[in-house]
This record gives sequence, C-alpha cells and structure tokens, in this order.
Amino acid sequence: MSLSKIKFDKKIVLSFWIILIALIIAAPTLLPVFRLNLLGRYLSLSIVALGVDLIWGYTGLLSLGQGIFFALGGYCAAMYLQITSSSEFPNNIPEFFALYGVEKLPFFWEPFRSPVFTFFAIWIIPALVAGLIGFLVFRNRIKGVYFSILTQASLLVFFNFFNGQQKLINGTNGLKTDVTQLFGQMVGSESMQRIFFWITAILVIAAWFFAKWVVKGRFGNILIGIRDDEPRVRFTGYNPVIFKTIIFSIAGGLAGISGALYTVQSGIVSPQFMTVPFSIEMVIWVAVGGRGTLLGAILGAVFINYAKSLVSEALPASWMFIQGGLFILVVTALPEGVLGWVQGDGPRNLLQRFGLKRKIETYPSLEVNTKEGDNE
Amino acid sequence: MNNKDLLNLVDITVSFEGFLALNKLNLNLKKGELRAVIGPNGAGKTTFLDVITGKVKPTKGEVIFKGKSLVGRKEHKIARLGVGRKFQSPRIFENLTVKENLEISVSTPKSPLNLINKSIKDEQLNEIERLMKIINLAQKVDSKAGSLSHGQKQWLEIAMLVGQKPDLMLVDEPVAGLTDEETDLTADLLKSLSGENTVVVIDHDMEFIRRLDSNVSVLNQGTVLCEGTMETIQKDQKVIDVYLGRPED
Repeated sequence: MSLSKIKFDKKIVLSFWIILIALIIAAPTLLPVFRLNLLGRYLSLSIVALGVDLIWGYTGLLSLGQGIFFALGGYCAAMYLQITSSSEFPNNIPEFFALYGVEKLPFFWEPFRSPVFTFFAIWIIPALVAGLIGFLVFRNRIKGVYFSILTQASLLVFFNFFNGQQKLINGTNGLKTDVTQLFGQMVGSESMQRIFFWITAILVIAAWFFAKWVVKGRFGNILIGIRDDEPRVRFTGYNPVIFKTIIFSIAGGLAGISGALYTVQSGIVSPQFMTVPFSIEMVIWVAVGGRGTLLGAILGAVFINYAKSLVSEALPASWMFIQGGLFILVVTALPEGVLGWVQGDGPRNLLQRFGLKRKIETYPSLEVNTKEGDNE
Repeated sequence: MNNKDLLNLVDITVSFEGFLALNKLNLNLKKGELRAVIGPNGAGKTTFLDVITGKVKPTKGEVIFKGKSLVGRKEHKIARLGVGRKFQSPRIFENLTVKENLEISVSTPKSPLNLINKSIKDEQLNEIERLMKIINLAQKVDSKAGSLSHGQKQWLEIAMLVGQKPDLMLVDEPVAGLTDEETDLTADLLKSLSGENTVVVIDHDMEFIRRLDSNVSVLNQGTVLCEGTMETIQKDQKVIDVYLGRPED
C-alpha cells in the first residue's frame, strides 16, 4: 500500500473538523482550568506536528531536529516576557542575571524589548535558522538517513549550547514565564491562560489552512514529486534545493510559533525542549495520526499527548512502553497512520475480514475507492 | 562541428575509478534529427545520456548544446536549456494523477513562487489536453498515475517529455515491456516528433530501431563504433562481430 490512496475525502475531514471545533468551543466551559491548560499545550504542539507533516509526510524529509526551532520560538517569547517584567529587579534586567553576577543585559536581548520585534522573531528567527541549515544540507544533496542524523546532531549542538549559557539565557534552568507580566496581567493567571487557549485554537486552525494552501496545487505536487523521485524532478527542470529549503523553513517557522505558545502555557522554556526524545515524539505524533494528511498530524499530537497525561496519572512510568508499542503498531499494522487508514480502505477491509462487508454503506465515500481494494 | 548541429560531444571520457565507461566518444546531432543509439550491455549508452543531462560529469571532453557548454551545469539548468530525458523504466510520479504529472512537465517558469501563487496558464492547460489525446489517456485524467498499465506509464512519461518542449529529447528504451502494437505506435510517435524536435532513442529492440528508419550510432566499450543507416551498419563487419551477429559461443 502506498500513500497514493490517501485521498482527501471531504466528508471525513469535515466531520473531524466539526468534532474538533465543537470540542475546542466546549472545552473552556467543560474542562477545569488545569485540563484546559493541558489541552491548550497539546493544541500548540499540533502546530509543530503540522510542520513535521509538511516536511516528512509530503516532502519525505525526516527531520529529528524540529526541537531546535520549537525551542527558538519559545526562547523568543520568554525573553520578551522576562525583559518587560524586570523593572523591579536590580539593574532593570531579568532576575536570574543577578545569580551569575551579570550587570549588563547581553546585546541580543535588547531587541526583545519590542513587542513588534518579538511578534516577528517568534516565527522568523526559527524559519531563518531552518532555512540556513536546510540550504546547506540540501545543496550538498544530503538525503534520507543522513539528513535525519544530521538534524539530530544539530539538535544536540543547540541543546549543549543553550544548556551551558547561564550568563546569557540562564542555561539549564531555562526562562520562566508564568510569573511574568503581559499587558498588566500575570502570564500564569487563569484568565491569561484562557486567552492563550483561544489564541492557540485559532492559530492551529490558521496553521492548518496555511499548510493546506501550501500543499494544494502545483507547489504541493512538486513536494510529493521530490519525496517520490527527486532526480526526476531535477530532470524536469525544477531545482529541488529551493523547494526543500522553502518547506523546511516553513516547518521551522511553524515550530517556532508552536514553541512560543507552548512556553507561555507551560510557564517555562528550557533546553529540555531540545532533547532528542522530544523531537522524535513529534515524528511519532505524525506517524500515528497519518503522514501526508495534515489533519492526522493535529489529531496525533493532541490525542497522543492527552493520552500521555491521562496514562501517566493513572500508571506512572508506563507511558514510554505504551508510546513505543503504539509506534510499533502503527509502523507494522497502519503504515499510513490512523487517519490514512480511515481515508484508505482500512475500515472496509476490516469489516470484510469479519464478514461484514455490506456495512461499507456507512462509509459512502469508501465505495468510490472499491476498485483499489485488491491492492492488499 | 558546424552551426547546424544542436549537440556535439567532443572526446568525452568518463572514468569510474579507472573503468572507462565512455572512452573518447564523439557524436554530433543535427537539428531535427532522429538518431538511434544501440550497443551491447555495458557499452555506455546510459552513461552517455547521464553526461548530456548533467548527472555524470565527464572526466575529459566537452558537451556543446546550442553553442553552450553543458559540462558542470546542474541537471535542472540543463533541463531548462532544453534537454529532456525519458528514463529506462517509466519514472512518473505515481502518487499524482495523470493531469498533475503533465502539469509538472508543462509548467513554466519552474520557480516555487510561480507555482504557489498563480494558477496554471490556459495555454498550458490546452497543451495538457492535447498531450492526453495523443497518448489516449483522456479518460484517465484524474486517475493516479500509479494505477496505469506499464504501457500507459511509458506513454505518460513520453507525454511529459514532450510537454517540457525540449529541443533535444533523450529517450531511453521507450518500448521495453510494450506489446508489438504499442511498440509500433511509439515508433510512429517518435518519428512524428523528430523534425521539429531532435530525438535520440536508445534501445535494444532491432525491429523497433528498424522501424524508426533513422541514422544509427553503434556504441561499444564507451566509444562510437560505427554510424550510418540500418543497412550500412548491418553490413559493417565490426558491428556484426560485437553486436548483431555475435556467435552464440
């Protein structure tokens, strides 16, 4: 089976959207603030997952280093919050500097006094860094497993750098945001967290529309072409380096927005955002949700993370086994992910196996694809 | 070398760690010519295409296309200059529809900005329609290319090649795995393309080459052994020895 059968079936997508939007609207009244805050965090993670889907699901670039761009976005947001809330601290600079005897604000903090600069920095800085790394890698035609290894190595470089810079960005302790002020309100307060939830929900939907716009039409087809047969794209007169750099940069920008939203809702950004397992988890969300489906990336990120927190509360320390099992299950049984399975022939084949083939009437859209059913 | 030539290969040598895939190969193509290239396995036929399209950089020698040197240029730049290539086994984008495959080939300019911003031009859509009629796939417009039969895939790739509007078409084994009828149709198609385009066809199939009724270059051990019409080369003793009438011992 190939990804070819992942056809965007409008009815399935529409019904998922209706459910998702209904949940988002109902959540603030149904859920206690603690849960709402968790949901907001997971929704913000779905934005980085959308980027992973763009580069991996569509373009075939398996990046294990999205944590870099995620953390960069988080740091941009946290630096702004820290610096605008530092008026009562010595030298009018963030509190942690005093611990290391720093009296003068490092130069690169200065522009973060400006909310406008920060607003742009959150997505442009990660996008630029991604574009630069991407261009150098793609220009040298580094592909496949070597690309994955390289992105992971870059992640470790960034992790170690951020981890060691106490005097610049508080090193391993990270930057706290929950006790900072934004527009006269405490960022960690209940009312602010509700606002962040809404902003996140809107941005997830906006990011989905944006990603959809990117992959539809000829640009998206070239991405799929690069994934399936890059030399053929070259010999047709397209320069894959440019296309890959652009999409990697877009994924970086999305990761930055995601990281910023996650930071303000979890109350801290630290080098932990750049650990190896976290970036691999991002890939797992997309693999489980369904590569090349966009919506699958969102659902994968939200549901896996929600499951993670519920399972961890009930059975501490068991989550890693469940997550590993989930990944193995998807790789072996549902290579197209859950949404890919639903949109393909999955439900029909399953019903067939149990002698309930007629029930395909409940999936009218699938009857259109019946001729493809003999492909395993 | 004269200015009617579209392509000149001058003393092309390609060495893969000492092994000479091409050895001082010289070949000239006139504008509008249809040329068949044959040769035993390992004669360097595919490397010859790789050198022209920029996939392999020659160790020595010069490739002149429309008066410009192609050596050292990137593949996509060479393609934009007007060199199109069809691969040995059909290389189409199986996860895209027939129409999307053709869109990729006819779209110009091939910049990301153009592709993401603008919709396809009307004349390009007309061209796609024309191509689909030529290859008889008009009913399959929205089918995934991966669901086509082998012959249809070969034809789709030829249509993609034509859609690129190249001055030089390099066609590698276009009839491998096709039925006799499809082979004949392909031969006619390629013949009809020459004249306006310059076409180089590589193949093993003698019947097919004969049907093309063109000049033939015989490659052996990385160099051109002999050139001429099918009749001439069939009488050439060197060619008989290495390729055509090789005794079965």
